[in-house]
Amino acid sequence: MDFNKDFNILSSGVIYLDNCATTLKPNSVVNAVSDYYMNYSANAHRGDYDMSRKVDDKINETRDKVARFINAKSSKEIVFTSGATESLNMIIKGYFLNRLDKDDEILTTKAEHASLILPWFEVAKKKGCNVKYIDLKDDLKVTLANVKKAVTKNTKVISLAHVTNVIGDVRPIKEIIKYAHEKGILVVIDGAQSVPHDKIDVSDLDVDFLAFSAHKMLGPTGLGILYAKEEYLKDIDPLITGGGMNAFFDSLMNVEYKDVPEKLEPGTPNVAGIIGFSKALDYLNELGMENVHKYEMDLKKYMVDKLSKLNNVIIYNKDVPNGIVTFNVDGVFAQDVAAYLNKKNICVRVGSHCAKTLSEVLGVKNTCRASLYFYNTKEDVDALVDALNNDNILYDSL
Amino acid sequence: MDENLRKNIILEHYNNPVNKGLVKEDGYIKVNMNSSTCIDNLDFMVKIENGVIKDARFDGEACAISTSASSIMMNMIIGKTIKEAEEIIENYEAMIDERKYDEDVLQEAIVFNEIYKQANRKKCALLPFEGLKKIIAQEKEQ
Repeated sequence: MDFNKDFNILSSGVIYLDNCATTLKPNSVVNAVSDYYMNYSANAHRGDYDMSRKVDDKINETRDKVARFINAKSSKEIVFTSGATESLNMIIKGYFLNRLDKDDEILTTKAEHASLILPWFEVAKKKGCNVKYIDLKDDLKVTLANVKKAVTKNTKVISLAHVTNVIGDVRPIKEIIKYAHEKGILVVIDGAQSVPHDKIDVSDLDVDFLAFSAHKMLGPTGLGILYAKEEYLKDIDPLITGGGMNAFFDSLMNVEYKDVPEKLEPGTPNVAGIIGFSKALDYLNELGMENVHKYEMDLKKYMVDKLSKLNNVIIYNKDVPNGIVTFNVDGVFAQDVAAYLNKKNICVRVGSHCAKTLSEVLGVKNTCRASLYFYNTKEDVDALVDALNNDNILYDSL
Repeated sequence: MDENLRKNIILEHYNNPVNKGLVKEDGYIKVNMNSSTCIDNLDFMVKIENGVIKDARFDGEACAISTSASSIMMNMIIGKTIKEAEEIIENYEAMIDERKYDEDVLQEAIVFNEIYKQANRKKCALLPFEGLKKIIAQEKEQ
């Protein structure tokens, strides 16, 4: 398929391989955002006139669409946030902070993103609980066996990414969740790198809490989703209070909040973002998430096969089933590799990718990461491989 | 400057950096420079006595531009007064920002006079000089 007509940036010739960080936006998303600002930019929750009612309808429509996209039982389980980071903070500090006690254990791994691990650190420090790490196998994968080994009678919650953002390994979360529930343990999943790339069914997975971001799946920045089973969602304390989320208050400080999801959406929502995200979901639904995943897997295999033939490239995650390839060029600092590729109009990300504890297990602190999405092509991969097939990368980076 | 010569000077400093490696000795002011937008992470230590830079060293993980800029800075500042070092910093920043500067003051550091062409590497070239500024500020506070 030719995606150039749908994605304005693609026709600029840039080779965009940083889709883990954010994806490009199709013109339909940009146009919907623009249409809102140009033609009906009213606030939400002011249904007294047509323009505002249209905004409310769009928000409700999008909420329904998100619920169907992840197969939630009800739209009431979908909360609009500013991003996966805020979603995770709301879950961890709004639900677990008041429910964990001294010596309770939070089980996670050393390969997690800062947005998941740092809120847990805060809770652990405040409540005197312990953050424990599931042992990673040599290939950095999480196995159910290692989860079982790490669970103790004090384990109250297991929290991890479905797919990690550095190595891209896919965790067996369905099995982990089933086991956790047998032990009365709740599970919080960071879906930022999985929901955009494969079909995720929260009912089938039986996940308790899930967070993801719109901008990593064609949508606008500044919008995320918090999913939780309704019984838990109702018990999340709002971290921010204000307009739109209260049903009643008086001068004697009697306050009543609205029901979920509104209770957790204070202030004016990101209306433009929500309207744009609706079009992003349309686009992905049309492609079919199974197709998106299959296409990425094929392209990833093509990339790994070609990169493996280069003697100067070290790949850290050849076998993981998604479009993330983490690599270094022998003898060249990752930042210099990225600067060199940038000269060739190829965008990759370098660094520890916000997972700073991973270097403790990976043994290497900084890497380059090329991450694919469905609009990338074999030609994009060829351009990357051709560029890296060069013994003078350091010299040419200058 | 000829492009090959420029690149070779940068690479020579990257591969054989001047005063790379810290020492465990008193009398130095130390700073860590940890770029927020890239992955350069360098420590600098400078010994200043009676307003004169007696020694300067650095260490850490960083790209070719940051490392070579640090190495070149070491060569330039040792033996200089704080005032002279400040003049170097001022001219260097002017060069990176494409403003007027004095080539004679910058000596070898003029290898970075075209770094503006790679805007995302300006911060790498500036990193050691930002570190030196912090150290001088600390010295003045004492």
